Amino acid sequence: MNVTELSIMTLWGATTLYAIAMVAYAIRLARVADETAAARAVDRDRARVAVGGPAPAKAAAASSAGGASSRPPRSAKAAGIARATTLVGAVLHAVGLTARGIDAGHVPWSNMYEYTISGSFFAVAVFLIVQRRRDVAFLGAGVTGLATIALGLALTVLYKDVDTLPPALQSYWLVIHVSIATIVTGILSVSFIASVLQLMRDSRDTRRRWTGRRFRFLDAVPTASSLEALSFRLNAVGFVLWTFTVMAGAIWAEHAWGRYWGWDPKEVWSFVIWVLYAAYLHARTTQGWAGRKSAWLAIAGFVALIMNFTVVNLFFQGLHTYAGS
Amino acid sequence: MARVKLDNYAVADAPRLGPRGWLRWTWRQVTSMRVALILLLLLALASIPGSVLPQWPQDAGATRAFIDDNAFWGPLLEKLGFLDVFGSAWFTAIYVLLFASLIGCIAPRAAHHWRELRAPIAAAPRLLDRYDPTEPSIVPGTPDDAVERASVALRPRAGLVGAVTGYRVRVDRRDDGAMALAAETGHVRELGNLLFHAALIGVLLAVAYGTLFTYRGQAVVVEGRSFTNAVVAYDTFDSGRLFDPASLDPFTVRLDSLDAAFSDTGRPLSFTANVTFTEPGESPVPEAIAVNRPLEVDGAKVYLQGNGYAPVIIVHDAAGQVAFSGPVPFLPQDGAYTSTGVIKVPDVTSGEQLGFKATLYPTFVEGPFAVGSVHPDPTNPVIDMLAYEGDLGLDTGIPQNVYRLDESQLSPVRGEDGLPLPLRLALGDTAELPDGSTVTFESLPRFVALDLRADPSLPWLLAAAILTLTGLATSLFASRRKVWVVAHDEDGTTVVTGAAFAPPHDTAVTQALDRAMVAASGRTAGPGEGAVDDSRDDTVERHA
Repeated sequence: MNVTELSIMTLWGATTLYAIAMVAYAIRLARVADETAAARAVDRDRARVAVGGPAPAKAAAASSAGGASSRPPRSAKAAGIARATTLVGAVLHAVGLTARGIDAGHVPWSNMYEYTISGSFFAVAVFLIVQRRRDVAFLGAGVTGLATIALGLALTVLYKDVDTLPPALQSYWLVIHVSIATIVTGILSVSFIASVLQLMRDSRDTRRRWTGRRFRFLDAVPTASSLEALSFRLNAVGFVLWTFTVMAGAIWAEHAWGRYWGWDPKEVWSFVIWVLYAAYLHARTTQGWAGRKSAWLAIAGFVALIMNFTVVNLFFQGLHTYAGS
Repeated sequence: MARVKLDNYAVADAPRLGPRGWLRWTWRQVTSMRVALILLLLLALASIPGSVLPQWPQDAGATRAFIDDNAFWGPLLEKLGFLDVFGSAWFTAIYVLLFASLIGCIAPRAAHHWRELRAPIAAAPRLLDRYDPTEPSIVPGTPDDAVERASVALRPRAGLVGAVTGYRVRVDRRDDGAMALAAETGHVRELGNLLFHAALIGVLLAVAYGTLFTYRGQAVVVEGRSFTNAVVAYDTFDSGRLFDPASLDPFTVRLDSLDAAFSDTGRPLSFTANVTFTEPGESPVPEAIAVNRPLEVDGAKVYLQGNGYAPVIIVHDAAGQVAFSGPVPFLPQDGAYTSTGVIKVPDVTSGEQLGFKATLYPTFVEGPFAVGSVHPDPTNPVIDMLAYEGDLGLDTGIPQNVYRLDESQLSPVRGEDGLPLPLRLALGDTAELPDGSTVTFESLPRFVALDLRADPSLPWLLAAAILTLTGLATSLFASRRKVWVVAHDEDGTTVVTGAAFAPPHDTAVTQALDRAMVAASGRTAGPGEGAVDDSRDDTVERHA
């Protein structure tokens, strides 16, 4: 097995493991929601017992099914599987990414295939780092789902054999500018999931939408306001790094093309993304815009980021055209 | 002007607004956060057409073609400014309003923050119970001593950095004799916010300054030739309004050779222009210019922006006189450097003026149905051309595109069969036209397109950008922390309690609290593990 095959095989392995992790995280969410509901039922029955009502046999059954005291909850098993598969998937992903870099002889983010495999790696890495500091397992299904789709598309549609760097990319700025851009993509992907959950949870709580049994998993995610706080932390880091990306890009453009800003389609969209996230940060603190509207702005910013990476690369003519090849 | 609806409850007796009132009202609207937000969204929205539609400054050729191809939409969009979005009146209006809003928002906030920085911070709350206080601990000395020790630990270090990032401290003596220390660091956040917005104005000013004083010239230089840095020497030259052409330093750049490396599949690997650079009155210096590696000449940079072939063509007229001799830059059309060019021969001693439309194939291959170049290296260079005779139209005084032949007064040179006569020349070949004139493909040097650009605003722009980033990071990452230490006298012993307040994600605030508590206890343990151990000791002491 040579390095090329090693890279492709480990990346397929990571894709598979992420898919398993996504299912496990989803099952975990559903079970946490069930357990919360069961625990609530137990509490209600206990309360009824306390006021002298008939003690139904159901209460006993529910408490043993919940198993809070005797056995570990059923959600813990799914969580364990999810965590293990994500972690091993991330290790395989890292191996695949490194092997690609060694194979190509340059950093693995010089074309769309390479951006996609590195961006999705950073998304999973950001999730794992945040997970170390606080429990964000509820984001797991979304993050590993995104990573599965991204890796699958990369390996099937976007795949390109390794090639030498064109002269325009032979610069240390490729390491600085593009690496930070892909890291931002990873961070903002995770915060995007948080914002989507925030809107869904908020709709369920306050607008009586997403109320069906199928969406009971939303009871297992934190409240809309704590999701907002989480996505803000990530967006703040993402926005600062995006500002840096745009500035580093301007310095590189000055160095390579003789102008720091030329409203090339990629630059236009980088600017649009920056302005949307700036609007998001302002909206958070503006009366009438905080909460739902600001979350929509963050989502719009992420959509623009993905547009900049896909539509702009593939359909718009500009100086960044090597990104599409 | 009728009554103004200022607010729902004020409709009834809203005062008439005079001109000043209107100005004030407009200013309030412009500087409100809601309007700033709408302007930001408009700015994002207004930018998008600039990436979808062809734009004059970015690609004049495509824009002209777009107008020509779309009889209705083309001129309409052109008139509305959609084909130069970033120079259009409406885009300018949005960002000017946005910056007005920014200044109107930031100036009062800066003044307010300045007053706040000079005023004392809020005193410690009477009851710390809401803030999860530490266990009370007994410390040596009086309450005054304990609080003094804690405030020394929290007070900023000397110097500007300490003053900006350190805690602001306040000590109060309460009615019951207790000493209360309050310390906060929140002011850095607002400082960062103000710095960020002020630095954005700096970015705008630097860009404006650059626009006025910048200049940019483009020149095509063939191997073995040189050009001098003067406005007339450039093929195109743009400059800002306040640029002084006399300030150009008349250095010369001679292109000795262009090293172009391609892979076997024709993918470009590297381009390096080897040049000799001569400043007036100084000895020549060999230099190299490559993509991503411009040549820096005092205040300006010379970039390698393009390259191609400039075949040397010699034309003898029917009388045998040399009518044309020299390199002609051909424009590459594809990755294999299939290049097209035009040769204009106005100075014939006899007969009509001659023109040639030519295509160069660096690595010529002839297939059954088509011809083409398979590699950009000049392995088997061949030029296909068609000759024209008549009037080139050069004497009208209207500037002509050197890459295009005006065929209005020309007719193709025809062969014996009456069809336009195709000429095919390999390197060194000579072809003869029916009237006896000849054309020779003499040699195949390369040319480079050099771009010289100077922008005196760049250092300012970089400084403003760094300040923007610093301010932004500070405003988002600096935490609003409050630390309180209260010491009171309980029958002759001093008992100290502390508490801290910070956003939920900021867990490091407890370290600051520990530091203050350890200092209050009079121990010398540093921060970190020792501090934690000490606080545990305190608890034990209290229980004992």
